[in-house]
Amino acid sequence: MAKRVGMEVSLGVSEAVKVADVDVIAAYPITPQTHIVEHLAELVANGELDAEFIPVESEHSAMSSCVGSSATGARTYTATSSQGLALMHEILYIVPALRLPVVMTVANRALSGPINIWNDHSDIMSERDIGWIQTFAENGQEAFDLSVHAFRVAEDHSVLLPVIVNLDGFTLTHVVEPFEILDKAEVAKYLPPYKPLQRLDPEHPITMGAVGIPEVYTEAKKQYEDALVRSKSVVIQAWKEFGDLFGRYYHPVETYKTEGAETLLLTMGSVSETAMTAIDRMREAGKKVGLVRFRLWRPFPFEEFFEAVKGVKTLAVMDRAMSPGGPCGPVAAEVRAALYDQPTRPKVFSFVAGLGGRDVQVSDFEEIVSRAEKYAEKGAPATYDLIGVREI
Amino acid sequence: MSTSNAIIGWKNLSLGCAILEPGSSRKLKTGDWRSQHPVLDKEKCIKCAICYIDCPDLAYTQNEEGYFIADMTYCKGCGICANECPKDAITMKMEEE
Ligand code: SF4
Ligand code: SF4
Repeated sequence: MAKRVGMEVSLGVSEAVKVADVDVIAAYPITPQTHIVEHLAELVANGELDAEFIPVESEHSAMSSCVGSSATGARTYTATSSQGLALMHEILYIVPALRLPVVMTVANRALSGPINIWNDHSDIMSERDIGWIQTFAENGQEAFDLSVHAFRVAEDHSVLLPVIVNLDGFTLTHVVEPFEILDKAEVAKYLPPYKPLQRLDPEHPITMGAVGIPEVYTEAKKQYEDALVRSKSVVIQAWKEFGDLFGRYYHPVETYKTEGAETLLLTMGSVSETAMTAIDRMREAGKKVGLVRFRLWRPFPFEEFFEAVKGVKTLAVMDRAMSPGGPCGPVAAEVRAALYDQPTRPKVFSFVAGLGGRDVQVSDFEEIVSRAEKYAEKGAPATYDLIGVREI
Repeated sequence: MSTSNAIIGWKNLSLGCAILEPGSSRKLKTGDWRSQHPVLDKEKCIKCAICYIDCPDLAYTQNEEGYFIADMTYCKGCGICANECPKDAITMKMEEE
């Protein structure tokens, strides 16, 4: 039976991994992901979770171990953050190329320098093109639910791709929230045991990860890109079935008070909850504003996004990462590119806020909306606004 | 029209570009590249198997007399065997010689 608990969100993620009945966890601790893997190590040590916990010497080894483990057909999990994710970088591309359904939690944190352990999205925005399915959680319940969903999608035979569930470091990982924990029997109804289509097996030897010569590399890339694009329908279907079973429904693009809105804010992750409060306040003041959030970041949910911004005049995109010397924040860049060919589209303005743990407040969102509306009328700066930066 | 030297269409590629046929590396004739080949002096050879172990293309097999003989289908002429042989029993010779 599902039970309602008050629990630190990190531990909730570990509990989700437990009820998903993973076989192998290979992980290296890094703030603010540490509590997740620490708790998993406890669960394995005290016999609550029958899995191998491989305490590796670095994140590069963690992801390499996950590749090997998943290749043998084991349900495989890891978690990391920031520099750890960056250290995994070269292996991250290999996982989808080998079609291995590894699931990873990324507790989003700023990248150095300066050294900073706090939350923003610069770690994951540097890993946009790794070919993994990527989702974003906004609160503890979502972190739990999306983690269970991740295994289901990853292991679907028409997908067989790795999945990252993003949750904000500290502002989400380290808070105690009330949420509902599903038990193993309930999750078993949703998540069948992993049946690999092919695996490393001495009885039937195959080679994974052979060289892709120029005559085959393009085709290999196309194969898994096609699987990634097609995975969207599985992601959506698996969310629908999750909702039918457990009563909580999720969508690739979530909207809040968008009816009749002329200006929309666009956010990702836990700041969305603050943004909703800001929207409530601005709506009360008579402003026609709403909120749109990407829950699914890869594959990019084009149709759902176009639908969400239909008829909107101004779109203010809030990025939690910079693209120094570039045209705008990474999310704004993608949104602009996606909208470019649309016959009608909102004007898109780029705002960067909440870097390295800088608090994002309701007033910041009000400021973003009022600046975006001003820019829509009078023209905007060529790049982006860095919200809350102190000049002197 | 664009040209393509692809050897297989992406829809026909195995999952994750895996090689499903065991031992298929035998088909890769690394001997094509060779500009030199090893020549064994049986007088000096002590049958220690170092050449057999160190050859990166697994070109060596042991014959009935116990000597290690490189298969020229796979020997790429790298000279590692000649370099590592403790008895200098292997000499590299240019292909035209
Ligand atoms: S390494 Fe030299 S001595 Fe040893 S088996 Fe080979 S040829 Fe003979
Ligand atoms: S030359 Fe190189 S490839 Fe040829 S047999 Fe000796 S070690 Fe093997």
